[in-house]
Amino acid sequence: MGSQVVIKVILLVGIGLVGLLILWPGAGARRTALRRIGLLCLTLIAALAVVFPQISNEMASFVGVGRGADLLLYGLVVVFIGYVIATRVHHNRIDNQLTELARAQALASAPNPNQPPN
Amino acid sequence: MADGRRETVKGNNSDVWLVVPLYNEGQVIAEVVSEAIETFSNIVCVDDGSTDASAQLAREAGAYVVRHPINLGQGAALQTGFDFVKMSATAKYVVTFDSDGQHRVEDALAMVGRLRTEPLDVVLGSRFLDGRTRPGLPKRIVLKAAVGFTNITTGVKLTDAHNGLRAISVAALSKFRIRQNRMAHASEFVGFLRKAHLRYAEEPVHIIYTEYSKTKGQSLWNSVNIVVDLWMR
Repeated sequence: MGSQVVIKVILLVGIGLVGLLILWPGAGARRTALRRIGLLCLTLIAALAVVFPQISNEMASFVGVGRGADLLLYGLVVVFIGYVIATRVHHNRIDNQLTELARAQALASAPNPNQPPN
Repeated sequence: MADGRRETVKGNNSDVWLVVPLYNEGQVIAEVVSEAIETFSNIVCVDDGSTDASAQLAREAGAYVVRHPINLGQGAALQTGFDFVKMSATAKYVVTFDSDGQHRVEDALAMVGRLRTEPLDVVLGSRFLDGRTRPGLPKRIVLKAAVGFTNITTGVKLTDAHNGLRAISVAALSKFRIRQNRMAHASEFVGFLRKAHLRYAEEPVHIIYTEYSKTKGQSLWNSVNIVVDLWMR
């Protein structure tokens, strides 16, 4: 239990960072850039884990996790949660835009309320 | 001929618009509109991408019809209806009215009457102010839980949070905008009461639970979806 404190802290910080990255208000360019940098880092880590499998094992024992495969799985869970939330946010934005577009179209072809219907 | 009759009943309610979200209610919409139009000459049905003849039937019954090109949800339909009413030069009050025949015209009339005579922006229908409406036990529990949830999250004290019958002054329409496209708009609307400092009151109304409206009505599962929608947005 005590030996897993390190990995727990790392994973919680990871989840926190994911949340922060998604909920961070402000400039779209910065957020997009951060997301792309994050994805690039992820790709590099994945490639490293493939080429040097012992690294993930060493990392795992360093943070108190049994095997490198477990560490990768935990990382995957964090990334997946981030992906789900980011997708949801993106989906909501598209939804809002679609609503406004559909509404504008509906009102553009609506009858005039100041005249009798039909 | 129909127009002549409409002129005579237009009387005192020509400044009122009924906003009726409409989605596949072909079985009942003609009757609902024909009955309501005797009292309220201005009815706008917002057809939310129905796949049946709902829009056509509503138009034939004398309603104005605005059609969403795709299905967006009841909340979106209400906001579209509000936007439409804002284009009317004479509108002073809107009433949100269900298309399935579970609301009574006389209740709507009484609610508009209160807007006319009392210093209020919004009058909300409540099923629980008196004992006339009798939903089944599971529905009652969920509705009560919804009221509790909405009262806690919005800080507004109401007896019935998810009643579709509301009367709103047109002046108040510009103070809020419904973003919850689906059923969570009811809770969202309660939140506006406080955020936009709207003066509101509740009016006891009777909901007609017919076999038709029961089968068409909200599944209790929707309460889960409403909570998630509110949280996610």
